[in-house]
Amino acid sequence: MKTPLQRIVLTVFVIAVAAFFVTPLLWFVFAPFNPQVSLAVTIPQNPSLANFAEVLNNSLAMRGLLQNSVIIGVGTMVGTSLTAALAAYGLSRGNVPGRDLLIYVLILFSSVVTGTASMVPIFRLVFTLGLIDTHAGVIMVMIGGLLPSAIFIVRDFVDSVPRSYEEAAMVAGASPMQIFRDVTLPIMQPGILVVGVWVLVNAWGAFLIPFILLRNPDLLPASVTFYTFYDVESGTPQIRLISAYAVLYTLPVILLYLLINWRYGFRFFGGIKQ
Amino acid sequence: MASITLSRLRKMFGKVAAVNDVSLTIADGEFVALLGPSGCGKTTTLRLISGLETPNSGSIHIGERDVTALPPRSRDVAMVFQDYALYPHMTILDNIAYPLKVRGVPRDDLVAQVQSVAQNLQISELLMRRPGQLSGGQQQRAAVARAVVHRAQVFLFDEPLSNLDAKLRLEARAFLRHLQREVGITAVYVTHDQAEAMALADKIVIMKDGKIMQVGTPLDVYRRPLNTFVASFIGSPPMNLLPCCLDAGQLRILAGDTTQTISVSSALIPAGVDSGRPFTLGIRPEHVSVHTLPAADTIQATLYVTQTLGSEALVIAQVGDLLITVRLFQDEAPPLPDEIYLSFAPDRLFFYDQDGQILQ
Repeated sequence: MKTPLQRIVLTVFVIAVAAFFVTPLLWFVFAPFNPQVSLAVTIPQNPSLANFAEVLNNSLAMRGLLQNSVIIGVGTMVGTSLTAALAAYGLSRGNVPGRDLLIYVLILFSSVVTGTASMVPIFRLVFTLGLIDTHAGVIMVMIGGLLPSAIFIVRDFVDSVPRSYEEAAMVAGASPMQIFRDVTLPIMQPGILVVGVWVLVNAWGAFLIPFILLRNPDLLPASVTFYTFYDVESGTPQIRLISAYAVLYTLPVILLYLLINWRYGFRFFGGIKQ
Repeated sequence: MASITLSRLRKMFGKVAAVNDVSLTIADGEFVALLGPSGCGKTTTLRLISGLETPNSGSIHIGERDVTALPPRSRDVAMVFQDYALYPHMTILDNIAYPLKVRGVPRDDLVAQVQSVAQNLQISELLMRRPGQLSGGQQQRAAVARAVVHRAQVFLFDEPLSNLDAKLRLEARAFLRHLQREVGITAVYVTHDQAEAMALADKIVIMKDGKIMQVGTPLDVYRRPLNTFVASFIGSPPMNLLPCCLDAGQLRILAGDTTQTISVSSALIPAGVDSGRPFTLGIRPEHVSVHTLPAADTIQATLYVTQTLGSEALVIAQVGDLLITVRLFQDEAPPLPDEIYLSFAPDRLFFYDQDGQILQ
């Protein structure tokens, strides 16, 4: 049994921890509508959409959000999902010696070595390929970084799909490509969706790779065009605009998650008699 | 329509021979059951015929065609899987139509064919549903429909009834046999249920450890099991197998500490039985009779248990450390004293040597 004193201490502790995490979110909700924003959390005296209006008029930021981020995000998502689906299918069904080791080594390298440490070789590689300052270059580097984990997730999913689905299609007379298109891919769909959303969120939020590989301001995605809202001379952030831009930047990802959860519900539907 | 010829087929999984030197001929239009306990190689044999596995050595012919090296889709076979493997994302119509679709049959034609098959199998009203919305029996019919629809030369069944409950299984058994007769197709059927094999097949192939133990009609394998494995696998309850030796023209049953002798006309004892060496005596439960009083050629036993099964009754008697099952074709087991006497129909005795092979 807890004494009343212990309960009070515990409650106060929980409130303090919750406040620590919730306060920034409250700022994120209120600040965009406050024309006189500061870093303090304040409920706006006379809320307005003026901050959003100013952001929407910034053509560089809006092109970054509505065009470049979409191209990079969707490109990375489609590329990673398709490649991961094919690779995971092969690794799950084929007889590749040492395949578990292969996947773990790939994941280890992609999570430990990429990022900051490999930026110089990646830059040189992309430069040699003539892909500096192109979306294609950014997309390929991101696919490379995300692929091992994506393969791992999808392969786990394919492993749980009974082989008899494919065997039934084989005996029915389908070619390997027909089997993949008609049977395996649709059955793997929920797993691929999970990976797709995960990749999109990652690509949407990626900063370092596009920041380094892109020069032309017209090609920068939203994660980098945040820098538009810094005063050029003083270098101070215009947090009033940054907060509004942050809302616009976060919204698509949240909407996508809700849409997929509502439409597909991340589930597996069975046709195998257990 | 085609015959199937397997010659000297061998399939290794690692160091284990799942199928070991199997040769078998299945005639055109024949319904053959591959029967055996789990791990005996029956499913592997079926998968070798379908092309889902490739043999390490040996050859497979369907009709005149050597299909050993062909992929499944070039073999013109249809298969029903144990778990049915109906595609969960397609309607039943699309599921059944799939073998036609991959062959490029136009949509109108394909729907017409599916509908006619579905009507035969009484699943017409289910065509727009998905597999998840069907009962086990309906799924099984849909899986059979998918196999029937493209009129393959050979039907392969991999324990298609094992997921159904007992009543549905009996219905499905009759339905499958009827269907096979109607279509007149060559069928290979894998099962571990000897009653299912007996009921369905023209010919039963009994397998053990990757080898064929006996091939024959259901009546053949029941009346004359060539070895103790088949003797104990076919028939429910199985044949009584008793260690025995020949002693001055009499059969001496070796039941642990005690022995019992019966005299059998020497004409009924096969020449292969050597008086020096022990052998195994086989007798089916229905060929043993129970008596309450001793008589000539009876052996003494203690009542172990009686079982009333409705259409028949079983009496299990103990002799030394042996249990002997007696099958009585009456609905109730008679009241019996603890001390009972058994006699064996002398012309129904089987003699097996120490390796379990029948003695002629």
